[in-house]
Amino acid sequence: MNEFFKIFIIPGGLLLLFMFLSLIRLILGPTVPDRVVALDTINTLVVAGMILVGAAYEEVIYIDVAIVYALLSYIGTLYVAKYLEGGPKE
Amino acid sequence: MIDFIVTFLLSMLTYLILTASQGEVWGLWSLFEIITGIFLSLVVAFIANKVLFQKRTYRMFNPFRWVIFLIYLIGPFFWAMAKANIDVAYRVITGKINPGIVKISTGLKTDLGITLLADSITLTPGTLSVDIDEKNNDLYIHWINVTTLKPTTYHICANFPQWIRRIAE
Amino acid sequence: MGTLLIILYIFLGIGVFFNCLGSIGLLRFPDVYTRLHAATKATTFGSIFTSLAVIVYGFSRWNISGDSKFRVLALHTIVALVCLIITNPTGAHAIARAAHRSGVMPKQAVIDELKEAKLK
Repeated sequence: MNEFFKIFIIPGGLLLLFMFLSLIRLILGPTVPDRVVALDTINTLVVAGMILVGAAYEEVIYIDVAIVYALLSYIGTLYVAKYLEGGPKE
Repeated sequence: MIDFIVTFLLSMLTYLILTASQGEVWGLWSLFEIITGIFLSLVVAFIANKVLFQKRTYRMFNPFRWVIFLIYLIGPFFWAMAKANIDVAYRVITGKINPGIVKISTGLKTDLGITLLADSITLTPGTLSVDIDEKNNDLYIHWINVTTLKPTTYHICANFPQWIRRIAE
Repeated sequence: MGTLLIILYIFLGIGVFFNCLGSIGLLRFPDVYTRLHAATKATTFGSIFTSLAVIVYGFSRWNISGDSKFRVLALHTIVALVCLIITNPTGAHAIARAAHRSGVMPKQAVIDELKEAKLK
């Protein structure tokens, strides 16, 4: 652990706190799109936080996981949006 | 054929960026990595060569368009994004909103152009693209602070359509 | 080393501030569209700045120590950042469209031309 560890791990912890704030909206959300927005925000924060934690521990593998997570969560969001929209009505 | 080559080169480039560390080729890659990359890129290009050029338009090969795109990204787009975030900060703190969904006609024709414009609008001050009329490419914009009920394009996205037209059309 | 620390503090401070605004706006705004405004713009901007801090850190540590691990760190962060910038507004657009088509109307709206147009 060097002097940069604290600089990166404290913002990472703060992002975790914001994830919990978004989780409140995920639980409260009156409609389904509200919950999807909250989930999308949590996904973005997870990617940003994972990059910071990767820099703090000097491990590149965290950032590789962040890339894959960003792309997969995007596909998940699109899939839920498509489902909400409903298919073509005959 | 040109679709195949471009897809191959793009996937090879992504592979090379992701695997650059140490090795005998220019000190960045080992020989095994290069051979694996060529093989994987051939597989990717074979499967996905129809994705990038669905309408058979090749005007994005002009490097001049990419230069304009970079200038646009760093200059007006980033500045608008900074303003957008100050604006969101103001609205989060005070809670003053006056929302509505308005329609603008952009005059853009290509898919790439309309995608770039919709994404730019989503990230710039007070606006969020909701839907698109696919017949004449009109955009429906959720505007957080409606000042006029009949907005022109300039109210919503300043001079972005001119920039996009130079990049993508 | 001193200037590097100052740059890192500035970038991380801006990034954390805007991410904070994004999640507070998500709790504070009244309906799904205004929440999307806060969530998309603020978290994208904040994530750009936290990632820029990691990129600057990676390249400068590589410059100082010559360890190729830090160059890999910076390059992979650039790839992750590009993925994030491309996917975030597109996802927001998909959610907004799905919300409107599934019948969630904007609250306090002074005008709704999309409802009048009845696209499908």
